[in-house]
Amino acid sequence: MKITLKLYARLAQYLPAGAAENQARIELAEGASVNQVLEQFGLPPAHCHLVLVNGVYVAPSERPQTALRPDDVLAVWPQVAGGGWPGG
Amino acid sequence: MGWAGKILRVDLAKGSCTPEPLNAKWAAEYLGQRGLASKYLATEIDPKVDPLSPANKLIFATGPLTGTAASTGGRYSVITKGPLTGAIACSNSGGYWGPELKNAGWDMIIFEGKAKKPVYLFLEDDRAELVPAGDLWGQTVWATEAAIRAKHQDPQIRVSAIGKAGEMGVMFACIVNDQHRAAGRSGVGAVMGSKNLKAVAVRGSQGVRVRDAKAFFEATTKGKATLAANPVTGQGLTTYGTNILMNVINEVGALPTRNHRDVQFEGARKISAEAMHEKRPTDGKANLVHNQACFGCTIACGRMSQLDKGHFTVVNRPQYWGASGGLEYENAWSLGAAAGIDDLEALTFANFLCNEHGIDPISFGATLGAAMELYDMGVITTKETGGIELKFGSAQALATLVELTGKAEGFGKELGLGSKRLCAKYGHPELSMSVKGQEFPAYDSRGIQGMGLTYATSNRGACHLRSYTVASEVLGTPVKTDPLATEGKAALVKAFQDATAAVDSSGLCVFTTFGWTLDDIAPQIDAALPGGWTTQRLLDVGERVWNLERQFNLAAGLTAKDDTLPKRLLTEPAKTGPAKGKVNELGKMLPEYYELRGWSKDGVPNKDTLKRLGL
Repeated sequence: MKITLKLYARLAQYLPAGAAENQARIELAEGASVNQVLEQFGLPPAHCHLVLVNGVYVAPSERPQTALRPDDVLAVWPQVAGGGWPGG
Repeated sequence: MGWAGKILRVDLAKGSCTPEPLNAKWAAEYLGQRGLASKYLATEIDPKVDPLSPANKLIFATGPLTGTAASTGGRYSVITKGPLTGAIACSNSGGYWGPELKNAGWDMIIFEGKAKKPVYLFLEDDRAELVPAGDLWGQTVWATEAAIRAKHQDPQIRVSAIGKAGEMGVMFACIVNDQHRAAGRSGVGAVMGSKNLKAVAVRGSQGVRVRDAKAFFEATTKGKATLAANPVTGQGLTTYGTNILMNVINEVGALPTRNHRDVQFEGARKISAEAMHEKRPTDGKANLVHNQACFGCTIACGRMSQLDKGHFTVVNRPQYWGASGGLEYENAWSLGAAAGIDDLEALTFANFLCNEHGIDPISFGATLGAAMELYDMGVITTKETGGIELKFGSAQALATLVELTGKAEGFGKELGLGSKRLCAKYGHPELSMSVKGQEFPAYDSRGIQGMGLTYATSNRGACHLRSYTVASEVLGTPVKTDPLATEGKAALVKAFQDATAAVDSSGLCVFTTFGWTLDDIAPQIDAALPGGWTTQRLLDVGERVWNLERQFNLAAGLTAKDDTLPKRLLTEPAKTGPAKGKVNELGKMLPEYYELRGWSKDGVPNKDTLKRLGL
């Protein structure tokens, strides 16, 4: 099956060759878990702070058993923040 | 001792500048800056006053840590009754102006009345003077700063000024210092303009004293180490700035797009922090040049950007070719997604002009988005716009109208009303995406439920800087909560509101709270001030400030009916993303919030609550 992997901020370096605009279509075995994808692309677990599947947060404890489905979007960020214009 | 112990009262009508001692009792109860100046304002003006009349007052206030060695100790706030909202306004800015005022020996300046002719205040340590500013009237913020420095032959003078927008009463005019930093929201710049006050120029050389220097340096050094070790304040914000959120908020389906018609923007990535880092195909250079810090800040989240000289916005306009203040997340959203525009260069240009002319990019962009919806519906046509095609996604319209709005000319004058008045004028008040007249920032509360309660109850109208529950609901700081749930959000909002009010009263930047809790901040304040400052005392200050602001607003005529959201967010479900099918469920959160606050069902603080807080 194929899914879309999106990696942002400094995690973009872990995207496969040929990826553009922070994302890549990747081929996975049926039923692959979130954690399997993170491991497959060598993403350091400590840096995978915000992990979203189709925009919904997946907690670290849920990542091993969360199976991905065809055409899912897996998006990952390190710990980031914003929150405004420091003139507010 | 942290506080300078002295304030300056400027009677603009009489032309007098009078020093007076800081009210020490109030300082002990309200700490400084937002809290303390709000106490002065609430005590000294009739809350029902017309915000743009001489009877309103305008206060520039520092906090006890402003100008000290504490990380981010460079903040000041402008407190007044806001014209955009009719509520108490408190707009916070960084840069170097606040520390300069403190170093000149002043905690705050209170401006009263209205000058007969345009003036600026020049403050050099103890010496205060009102200087005629007829030659500066009509000038931009940037030109004003340069002219004042040249006139006094001192390039180190710090200037806080308004542009033509403030002079002309643009309802979301802001006050800009150090070219790119602003007391941005609620139209504080329009109040300054209404007083014929063009600028406040300051030069200080006295330093800031703290209670226990050794303890202070130990506490602030420890605090800096904590910020440096934190992945957000030590690395994330520094490298990517706040606009790293663009893709995050889009992915979770809470990026308000085209005046909140949509919650995801197809062009989000093009205007994100990641895009700002990439080399442009046109000239091989990146939009982002470098980051920048405000006074004493060890985070340095500010962005400095440079435009492509061949971009249509700046062709033959070399004055915009240098590096200047780049896009923060809120601005990238308001100038971009809010109007469906994905041209990063055009957004950056618009950001430059917001700084140059002194207008709030959030309210400007959101009002442009509302106007584009009216145009899309055929309510506004090129007849009203003076020939400008106001189509969603039009970078040309953005570039033209940011300048017209900054100068209060043509259709820009209409946009300068703000979305509430603009939409009402054209018969569609429901299309103003605002609370209490102030436009939303960059989070759709259908996808982040707690932000709906944050917006509805914010004392200065829709705002993310009063209670940033996004940190918990999306980013997982300090703990992750479900953005689509309403349970527990009332307590979350109250906790964020009180803690933020305390930080806003200290002289520190609220961004420290991505790495610090009040437990990190209290020892720094305690070492600077007499009287014993604990985390609990700071929380008490925060709650007291919140209730003081609430009392002001109630006395100004606002009621619980104003604690609401536009119909669109309460009745039109999100179309895509995780929140698809959801509206904001404010009704489930608001009663619990009132109860937690110790307020009646009508949102009025109970007698016991007021007594407990010493109000």
